[in-house]
Amino acid sequence: MSLHEITLTVNSAVHRGLVPARLSLVDFLREGLLLTGTHAGCEHGVCGACSILLDGVPMRSCLLFAVQADGCAITTVEGLAPGPEGLSVLQDSFWETHALQCGFCTPGMLIAAQALLQSTLTPSDEEIREAIGGNLCRCTGYKQIVDAVKLAADRLRGSNRAEGGVQP
Amino acid sequence: MTADPVPGFRYIAKKRRPKEDRRFLVGGGRFVADLALPGMLHVALVASPYPSARIRSIEAGAALALPGVKAVVTGDELARAVDPLYSGLDIPKVRRYPMAVGMARYVGEWVVAVVAETRAIAEDAAELVQVEYEPLPHAGDPEEAMLPDAPLVHPEHGSNVLYRRQFVWGPVDADFAAAKHQVSFRARWHRSATVPLETFGVIASWSQAAGLLDVWASIQMPKFPEQVARALRLPGNAVRAHFDVDVGGSYGVKRGIKHSVLAGYLARTLGRPVRLIEDRLENMRGGDAHGPDRIFDVSIAFEDDGTVRSLRIRAIDDVGAYAGRAPLQLGKPIGAIVGPYRIGSVAYEPVSVTTNKTVQEAVRGFGQSPTNFAIETAMDRAARHLGMDRIELRRRNLLRKDEFPYTIPSGSTYDSGDYHVVLDKALEAANYGELVARREAARGHGQLAGIGISCCLEPSGGNSAFEPLFNPKNETTTWMESCQIKIDLTGSITAAMGTSSAGQGHETLLATVVAEILERDPDTIRVVHADSLTALPSNSPVGSRMAIMLGGAAAGAARKLKTRLVTIAAHNLNLPPEALAYRDGSVAALDDPGRALSWDQLVEIAHRKFHLLPPEAEPGLQASHVWEVPTGGGLPTPDGRIQMYPCYSFECHVVYAEIDRVSGRVDLRKYVVGHDCGVMINPDIVHGMTYGGIAHGIGAALYERFAYDETGQLVSGSFMDYLIPSSHEVPDIEIVDHCTPSPLTTFGQKGSGEAGYLGAPAAIASAVNDALAPLGLQIATLPMSMAAIGDLLATKDAAR
Repeated sequence: MSLHEITLTVNSAVHRGLVPARLSLVDFLREGLLLTGTHAGCEHGVCGACSILLDGVPMRSCLLFAVQADGCAITTVEGLAPGPEGLSVLQDSFWETHALQCGFCTPGMLIAAQALLQSTLTPSDEEIREAIGGNLCRCTGYKQIVDAVKLAADRLRGSNRAEGGVQP
Repeated sequence: MTADPVPGFRYIAKKRRPKEDRRFLVGGGRFVADLALPGMLHVALVASPYPSARIRSIEAGAALALPGVKAVVTGDELARAVDPLYSGLDIPKVRRYPMAVGMARYVGEWVVAVVAETRAIAEDAAELVQVEYEPLPHAGDPEEAMLPDAPLVHPEHGSNVLYRRQFVWGPVDADFAAAKHQVSFRARWHRSATVPLETFGVIASWSQAAGLLDVWASIQMPKFPEQVARALRLPGNAVRAHFDVDVGGSYGVKRGIKHSVLAGYLARTLGRPVRLIEDRLENMRGGDAHGPDRIFDVSIAFEDDGTVRSLRIRAIDDVGAYAGRAPLQLGKPIGAIVGPYRIGSVAYEPVSVTTNKTVQEAVRGFGQSPTNFAIETAMDRAARHLGMDRIELRRRNLLRKDEFPYTIPSGSTYDSGDYHVVLDKALEAANYGELVARREAARGHGQLAGIGISCCLEPSGGNSAFEPLFNPKNETTTWMESCQIKIDLTGSITAAMGTSSAGQGHETLLATVVAEILERDPDTIRVVHADSLTALPSNSPVGSRMAIMLGGAAAGAARKLKTRLVTIAAHNLNLPPEALAYRDGSVAALDDPGRALSWDQLVEIAHRKFHLLPPEAEPGLQASHVWEVPTGGGLPTPDGRIQMYPCYSFECHVVYAEIDRVSGRVDLRKYVVGHDCGVMINPDIVHGMTYGGIAHGIGAALYERFAYDETGQLVSGSFMDYLIPSSHEVPDIEIVDHCTPSPLTTFGQKGSGEAGYLGAPAAIASAVNDALAPLGLQIATLPMSMAAIGDLLATKDAAR
């Protein structure tokens, strides 16, 4: 089996790896880099639990091979918080509204919501539902997730007025 | 959606961020697939492509020759080393092993397990295993499977009927004869399940030196370690199940006994840790986690004024190829077989049938949601027959608040309820008058629009009373739950539970309850999931029981600790305990607050100063409490009356739907649920489970089905064809809370883990039928898919 050398940035750290061509990106992240926050839910691109940001765009890491991410910058759920102690505004908003139960879909939901809030801080309910529409959750019925994203957007808008340029 | 204020509590019933959320938000969950042990091997499974076939030969040479492959194990080999798995029914000839033995009985059944250094190698090798099958006729349709000449799934059993009994409670025939009206119909609840986003997974590790099997699993199963130990012919204390594994959703189905027995056998045989994680197809086809699959034949007898006299229900349930606990899902609804209504007599005939399909497992509500759908359909049909308003008919039959405690014909006593008020609150929140106007306006424009209503019960505080009812050899009358609490030398509190959690917020529950009793900050209380050898008995989070049972156990243990603290203070302050007040962990004289011992002082005495402890007192500060289910302990009467679960939560759904005339698509435009589960320990957690339960109910009502074709193949084995509702299909749901405390529980709480799911399918079916009524059409088959409704509309168009 052929091995391929790849170099990619994950959560701001540069990683080099030698990977088989058939290794999926989600397996590389989980088993190669031990970033187990990204979850494999269906492995056929429907549930969205494996979502990551690839050069800022939400993608299914189960539908990508690790070699395809060569040269890319990836953000996983582990890279959302500002530091090891804190939570991002979005993460904190998820906590405030209890936008999760078992936590399995949560990393993918956060990634989807993060991508939305990077494009707008005034999302309508419909836009939020559209943004998370490719991420299945079996616990919450989505209500508290929508509430969390709205709350995060509100807080970030407030922050923008005060300081400008706050990350979700 | 504001909770009714519940006076007298400091932490209970208040908004509070759940303890466990934080770790999941930073990607710090600890799911079974996140764990890795040194030298761990991986399993891939060869599955039967036939619904019924004799296994003639298995050729594994090529697979074994692949570098990295460690073992290829067949069902025959495994069956020689393990005992059959637990069955809820007395059916000794229906033997179930983790893998097919001699004969495969459904598509997806495990035939061969391949173990290798990586999962990828194991999958490669699995493709090299050659199995020669002799296909046999299969049993598909459950009613055909009951016919005399049907192919037998288990020939030794002699029939495909696993259980059948006619229960008659009260003068059913006389009531039907005397009633002015009766309506009969058939309702179909097709096979669906909870399908968690995390598949089932297990890691097993055997230590020959210690004689100990360690198991980490994505588990929600009563008596899991004991079942694994028995099947592996090990003593119970040779299996240590680690309950600190986060479970990525379960809602009933994460039972995984066969997976864990197989992994345990492989780990023991190979001397290396073994991991088995289902992929999605394995999960949906071979994971033995399908849900109820029922045909209901219902008759309801009633009077001119809508008073319901009697009910006859026959429920044929297709359990698939083997029987674990699943057939007992026909038994649990006996505890609420008349729903929230005053119905004087009932006949109930549960029939459990085996067919060549994937095995059924426990699903949220344990059979109650399909039964609620059948009962509510009967209420709608009766109203339609009389030309009476559906809500008015329900009002006339709902039990009144002053009738509780109320014993139903099948022997269960409902603890408390306030059904009329919950119904009124839901209608008010839904703005029912406007909904009617909206429906009429839509109909005026030629659209199909309907309002759905359901009034349903959630029996909670789960026991296992259906076991002795369905199997007289099983005399299980306790279904206890336990909690251990210790206060350490630093004054920190740690509470331990003996089961894993799958998103129900048990850590928050324990911390809140212990904090309430001991008057300490919940955020400072550590909650751990003890392993099965250090934990006290638990029966896991089944039957909507943990707020009641784990909450009750935790309160009991905390109260013992509080008493000990007061006793220590009394001894040192030279005062009788009744002259003291406990406050925030300190104990002071009632008439002289300056005469007091602080929390730190009391802890110091308990841990270090034996000379200051009362005579014969135990040093340290630790307590445990094992609690039996309230009202538990009884065996069934000869005619099958028994107290099932102790507490009854109530939910009233009001939904407005429009149906696209061309596609048959149902669009839920308004969704309100009135919900009464007594005192909510944490309202956000209760609301979350209720929203999620409704979403799951929307799936069962409109989208989700494990469908089989004529050849016995599962045709919905992926998320492309088994359709789980997304944020587009689930509307914005409004919950209206009401609180009728249970007189049976520590704080008045009832269960809520199955909320929403128990009434949503009935309400959505009601809305669809209301929408179809102007066309003279009706449908009683779930899921009411676009295809099903489209076909129904097409018959009307064709007739025109």
